[in-house]
Amino acid sequence: MALISPGLIVAYVFSARFFDAALMTLLISISALVGGMAVGLLLAVLQEARLAPLRLFAVAYLWLFRGTPVLLQLIFVFNVLPAFGIVLPGLACAILALGLNEGAYMAEIMRSGIHAVGAGQRLAARALGMRDWQVMRWVVLPQALRIIIPPIGNQFIGMLKLSALVSVIAVEELLLIANQTASANFHYLEALTAAGLYYLAMTTILMVVQAFMERAFRRRGRRGAGLRLTQRLLAATADAGQVR
Amino acid sequence: MTPLLAAAGLRKSYGPLEVLRGVDVDVARGECLVVIGPSGSGKSTLLRCLNLLEPISGGRIVFQGEDIAEAGRRAPEIRRRIGMVFQNFELFRHLSALDNIALAPIRVKGEDRRAARERAQHLLAKVHLPDKSDAFPDELSGGQQQRVAIARALAMEPALMLYDEPTSALDPETVGEVLQVMQELAEEGSTSIVVTHEMGFARRAADRVVFMDAGAVAHAAPAARFFSNEAPERVARFLGKIEA
Repeated sequence: MALISPGLIVAYVFSARFFDAALMTLLISISALVGGMAVGLLLAVLQEARLAPLRLFAVAYLWLFRGTPVLLQLIFVFNVLPAFGIVLPGLACAILALGLNEGAYMAEIMRSGIHAVGAGQRLAARALGMRDWQVMRWVVLPQALRIIIPPIGNQFIGMLKLSALVSVIAVEELLLIANQTASANFHYLEALTAAGLYYLAMTTILMVVQAFMERAFRRRGRRGAGLRLTQRLLAATADAGQVR
Repeated sequence: MTPLLAAAGLRKSYGPLEVLRGVDVDVARGECLVVIGPSGSGKSTLLRCLNLLEPISGGRIVFQGEDIAEAGRRAPEIRRRIGMVFQNFELFRHLSALDNIALAPIRVKGEDRRAARERAQHLLAKVHLPDKSDAFPDELSGGQQQRVAIARALAMEPALMLYDEPTSALDPETVGEVLQVMQELAEEGSTSIVVTHEMGFARRAADRVVFMDAGAVAHAAPAARFFSNEAPERVARFLGKIEA
C-alpha cells in the first residue's frame, strides 16, 4: 500500500460529506461570531454604564468566561443545561457556547474601538442635543466600526479554527467528519489532509476579504501607508485566535 | 428687555477645585458678547455650563425665560437650541461636510432627509464653502473645518451660539476667514457668546466684553468703553500683554 493516496484526498475534498461538514463549520463560526459581536458590544457598553451593578455584571462575565477553558464551557452547555430542563440540539449548544465565549473577547475589541473615538467627538454630538444612545449610534459606533474591522477579521479566522472543538459534542463539522471517515478505514492522513485543505481555503479567503475591506475603509482620510498585501495576510494569522 | 440667557451666581467645582466662583453673565437677543481672560480663568468651563454639557455646582441659568439649571433629562432638548463651536472643530470624521451639517437635523430633529441636506448646502454657502459638500474633514484645512463646524451648529437653528476659542487651534492664515464668518453672523443679528483671544474681533464685532479672572467676572462693559482708557488697571495690563 502506498504511503499516501492523493486520489483519496481529492475524493474526500469533493465528497458531499466533507463539503457539508465544511458548510457546518462555516455556519457555526459565522453564527458564533455574530453572537459574540452582539454580546461583546453589550458588555462594552455595560462597562461604560453609569450604574455600578451593570459594570459589575460585565466584569463578572469577563472574569467567568475568560477564566475558564472554552472546552469546559462547551461541554457544560451540552451536558449540564439538560439537567435544568434545557435540552438544545448539538448545533445550538455549539453556537451558544462559542458565542458567549467569543463575547468575552470581543468586548475588549469593541471597547478599544469605542475608546478610540475621542471624547471631543462625543462632546460635539451632545452639544447638538443628541441623547446618549444617539451619540453612540450616529457618532461613536460608525467610527469605531472602522477601527474594529481588522481585529474582528482576526477573530473570525480564530473562530474557524476554534469551531473544531465542537466535534466533542458530536456536531458534524469538519474535524468530526474527518475523524469518523478515517476511523472507518484508517486513512487518517488523507481524511485529515482533506479537512486541513478546507480549513486553509476558508482562512485564506477570509484573509483576502479582510485585506480588501481594510483597504476600502481606508479609502477616505489619512492613515499610515498601507502594508503590502502579503504582509497584511501574515499579520492576520499571527494573532488570530488566542489560546482559550 | 429680559435677556435671552442669564446666569446668576454660577458655581462649578471639580472636587476641591473651584473653577467658577459665582459668575453673573447675561446676553440679550441679537447681542454678541465676548468673554476674555487669562487661561485657567474658567471661560471654557463657563460655556460648557451654560449649555449643560457640565452639571453646575450652584447658581441659576435662565434661558428663554426658563430656569434650565435642573433640566436633568431634558438637557438634550435645551442643547438643541444652543449651538456650540469647539476649539478643535470636532467634525465627525466619518461624514462628509454636508453630512456633518445634516446629521443632527435628520437624526435629532427628525427633519426630512432631502430638506435637511438642501438646507445644509445653503449653510455651506453661507460659510463660503459651497463646493466642499463632499469633502471629508481630513481633506479640509483647519479654517475650513471650523467653518463647517459653525454651519453644523447653525443647522439646528439655535437661539444662541457659543464659541469656545474657535480660532486658537488654527494656522494664522486661516484665522481671518473664520472670524469673518462669525462677524457676518453677528451682524445678521445672531446671538452669541464668544470666548476668544482675538482682540481685533472683539473690537469689531462685540457689543459687550466680559473680562474673567480666577473664576469670576472681574469687569464687564460695552465694547467701546471696554477698550477705552477707562478700563481698570488689571484689564489694561491683560490687554497690553495679549496685544504686545
